[in-house]
Amino acid sequence: MKITDMTAVELAAAIRAGQTTAVEAAEAMLDRIRERDPVYHCYVTVDREGALSQARAVQEKIAAGELGGPLAGVPVAVKDNLCTEGLLTTCASRMLQNFVPTYTAEAVVNLQRAGAVILGKTNMDEFAMGSTTETSAYGATKNPWNPAHVPGGSSGGSAAAVAAGECYYALGSDTGGSIRQPAAYCGMVGMKPTYGTVSRYGLIAYGSSLDQIGPLTKDVTDCAAVLETIASYDKKDSTSIRRQDTDFMSALTEDVKGLRIGIPNDYLKEGLEEEVRAAVLQAAEELARSGAVVERFDLSLAEYAIPAYYTIAAAEASSNLERFDGIKYGYRTKEYAGLHNMYKKSRSEGFGEEVKRRIMLGSFVLSSGYYDAYYLKALRVKALIKQAFDAAFARYDVILGPVAPTTAPKLGESLADPIRMYLGDIYTISVNLAGLPGISLPCGKDRQGLPIGLQLIGDCFQEKKLIRTAYTYEKILQAKQEGYRHEQTI
Amino acid sequence: MANIISDETIEYVGILAKLELSEKEREQAKKDMGRMLDYIDKLGELDTTGVQPMSHVFPVQNVFREDVVTNGDRRDEMLSNAPEEKDGMFVAPKTFE
Amino acid sequence: MSKQYETVIGLEVHVELATKTKIFCGCSTAFGAAPNTQTCPVCTGMPGSLPVLNRQVLEYAIAVGLATNCEITRFAKFDRKNYFYPDNPQNYQISQLYLPICMNGRVEIETKDGGCKTVGIHEIHMEEDAGKLIHDEWEDCSLVDYNRSGVPLIEIVSEPDMRSAEEVIAYLEKLRLLIQYLGASDCKLQEGSMRADVNLSVREVGTTQFGTRTEMKNLNSFKAISRAIAGEAMRQIDLIESGEKVVQETRRWDDVKGESYAMRSKEDAQDYRYFPDPDLVPVAVSDEMLEKIRASQPEFRNEKRKRYKEEFGIPDYDIEIITEYKHMADLFEAAVAICGQPKKVSNWLMGETLRLMKETETDAQDLRFSPEHLAKLIRLVDEKVINGSVAKEVFEVMFEENVDPERYVEEKGLKTVSDEGALRKTIAEVIAANPQSVEDYRNGKEKAIGFLVGQTMKAMKGKADPAAVNRILREACAE
Repeated sequence: MKITDMTAVELAAAIRAGQTTAVEAAEAMLDRIRERDPVYHCYVTVDREGALSQARAVQEKIAAGELGGPLAGVPVAVKDNLCTEGLLTTCASRMLQNFVPTYTAEAVVNLQRAGAVILGKTNMDEFAMGSTTETSAYGATKNPWNPAHVPGGSSGGSAAAVAAGECYYALGSDTGGSIRQPAAYCGMVGMKPTYGTVSRYGLIAYGSSLDQIGPLTKDVTDCAAVLETIASYDKKDSTSIRRQDTDFMSALTEDVKGLRIGIPNDYLKEGLEEEVRAAVLQAAEELARSGAVVERFDLSLAEYAIPAYYTIAAAEASSNLERFDGIKYGYRTKEYAGLHNMYKKSRSEGFGEEVKRRIMLGSFVLSSGYYDAYYLKALRVKALIKQAFDAAFARYDVILGPVAPTTAPKLGESLADPIRMYLGDIYTISVNLAGLPGISLPCGKDRQGLPIGLQLIGDCFQEKKLIRTAYTYEKILQAKQEGYRHEQTI
Repeated sequence: MANIISDETIEYVGILAKLELSEKEREQAKKDMGRMLDYIDKLGELDTTGVQPMSHVFPVQNVFREDVVTNGDRRDEMLSNAPEEKDGMFVAPKTFE
Repeated sequence: MSKQYETVIGLEVHVELATKTKIFCGCSTAFGAAPNTQTCPVCTGMPGSLPVLNRQVLEYAIAVGLATNCEITRFAKFDRKNYFYPDNPQNYQISQLYLPICMNGRVEIETKDGGCKTVGIHEIHMEEDAGKLIHDEWEDCSLVDYNRSGVPLIEIVSEPDMRSAEEVIAYLEKLRLLIQYLGASDCKLQEGSMRADVNLSVREVGTTQFGTRTEMKNLNSFKAISRAIAGEAMRQIDLIESGEKVVQETRRWDDVKGESYAMRSKEDAQDYRYFPDPDLVPVAVSDEMLEKIRASQPEFRNEKRKRYKEEFGIPDYDIEIITEYKHMADLFEAAVAICGQPKKVSNWLMGETLRLMKETETDAQDLRFSPEHLAKLIRLVDEKVINGSVAKEVFEVMFEENVDPERYVEEKGLKTVSDEGALRKTIAEVIAANPQSVEDYRNGKEKAIGFLVGQTMKAMKGKADPAAVNRILREACAE
């Protein structure tokens, strides 16, 4: 097998066995990037020199027996809203066009400790606000399955980089579906862990109460390996949770016997494309055939999740993004008359349209006279949504449904109508509101050949159930399709 | 559209959020915000009487650090991204009358 | 002025807590460091940084709350207060609005007629301080130093219960005393570790409704507070008398000009959009935590007053002065514990210490000499190793540098000469040199002996026991 065809875990094993080296792998990926990135534009920044020197250092440690985990020596791409010391971190915004952090996000530090080689920073929707990666100030990323289509977003660069073979795996962040939805559009595996499982330290915040970092990978095994590596209790993040059960690779077993799976009727209603619906129900049937108990049920409240989410996320974002003021770092306008004019011009020129739209909405819903009616109301609805999930998980181990109502739309179709774009988040958003883990994995393709994603949602801290179910389903697909592996696009 | 956003509201939000919109952007913003608020108004359909607003999903509480100095002098790092600096300080437009 | 007006005042007092580190990061709070040398990603608002609460801040805030008879909120939260200003690195300040840590307290103050008055405390909340802005005259810009950014503050919000500047100052003195006794802050108005904003309105005497209030900032001395209260009350009365309305606004007091001006501009909407900070988790105060803090509360002034009277029997006047500052009281108690002579210790504090404090403009909390050294000095006098005037000399040096009096006396050769032969020799010389004075004494002029004692002490370079000099002189003159 060519090393470029390997999964992350396979590559690490090959490096450990001396069949290849971290340096060869890094070089292969850098070649790929040189070849393909002009087409797909997955990266904002590629760190050639840095990647090679990291690879050499890691290889030495592997040779000396100091490193040997499932990701040692494997090249990774990191979403550009994760701070990396000495490496440009832009959030795909003009605002941070020249921002070089002096610290590294905890999740990335965890990867580095495990011997990861960072290739560069991936494109995204500006400040993670968007579902297509088209709001990037540095140009859109293209879907490797069909470059006329979007890769999804906001972690579109990360998902596309994995799909295009421009890295072995990538980190993304998920505030309302930003890992799971691009994973679905690009035919990859993506996971948003339980809130608090991965430290948010060094993640440039969008909606702090919703943001989680997670993996985008070629298969479920890689997903478990990456999550196991990045999950950690971090004293620097007050919302970090101390967990004893982060040995996620131990859940890579084919076993869904007796597993209770619920499919929310709410997730199959109008708006869902027929092909997506069919693929998702087909997947459920496969799991049932393997011994899972599959039922439909009414989750309720799904249609309230989007307005609640956009109120909360916009409110938090409006506050989180206040720090970008042209004084300490980032963009400062050239000419201004006084302090407030400098603020206004720097921010108006530094932020893109979608970011401004959400900041304005967020400032409005928190403003005097509206806080109770909008913000507190949304927090109350959030409590109801959490209750609805609690009730569901009293009956089911796993909730199964689509990731998005459609497959990847064409470039340029989504931004014109923001509300329609927001509606596309309907199946992913409640998971963030309730702090739950969710995984997205491929379950077929539509007639255009674009991948369809299957979403599995678990109760808090039940990632292992998701991994076990996803792994079982992946094996079913592999058995069905002779020689099926994670699908490469090219 | 039930929510009509006035020029004054956009101006006011601009002061709060420190954003300055062009004429064209302003009209778009009025329309977008009005539509979003119409959409958010859907939450009003739900009876949330007696429901406590939930800001944190998990009942995690009492996360503290001990009162021990752990940071040294990192001034150069903190200033390394400043658009302008002088005498070890960040430069801002004047704030005094 | 035909109508009688009354001034209604409430205070917002900010107190910098005496923690070693900032409220949300491990940067030092030490005063006077070079600009921005005590900063990190958290307190400069770098993207991706996150706050973690300093436990000591919570404990100090609760301790102050208990000392001011507050209810302690068992489930408290932090909120973000959003406003743009360069000294506020995140452009939001982490504070507490909805669930502050302490509520509904009260303190007793003494009024000028000797009575007692209760001032209600609406709430006490924890928050972070802002950085410092320095105006650069050359470039006509502002320079920002974030060393102070993130230094922990508590804000003590009183009810509008005060009616005069005297009451305001009595209230501030009371808070200062309580907080210093707790060791929670040094409460120095001049250095900004205690800051008061004054909310003031006026109304006709006899009415129960409050008038429209203004908030005054930038008051950094008791004098400035008194002047600002007088000035603002007058301004409001003038407005009302001339048929105008008082506008609810924030005003900045200019103590040099003796007037205030409105701070508000079009760009300050004063709409802070408070909401719970999602980066911080709630604080749940357990019974255990509360008991621990309650148990470690120090003895406050009133208890000390009582105990000093019973245990040490020193005069009330001394007690008042010694207990006014915790550091002074601590010094007193520690020195007494060593030497067992409360009155003598008190005399040193009331006499020389107060005199030197006044002369050198030193605050009681900045006194440098140790109780051990004071006790030693008292012993040296008791044992007649040095005499009183030498002791005063030594004390001056102790006050400055906290020298060990024993060693200092030794090194400088200040011991009283105990060799009576040498003393008699000197006295013989003095008598010989001053026949007139000796004659005067013999003729009954008691004053003359004083002169001769002085001459002898001078000749002995002060190192003689004055009692012995007196005795021998009298014997010698009588001969």
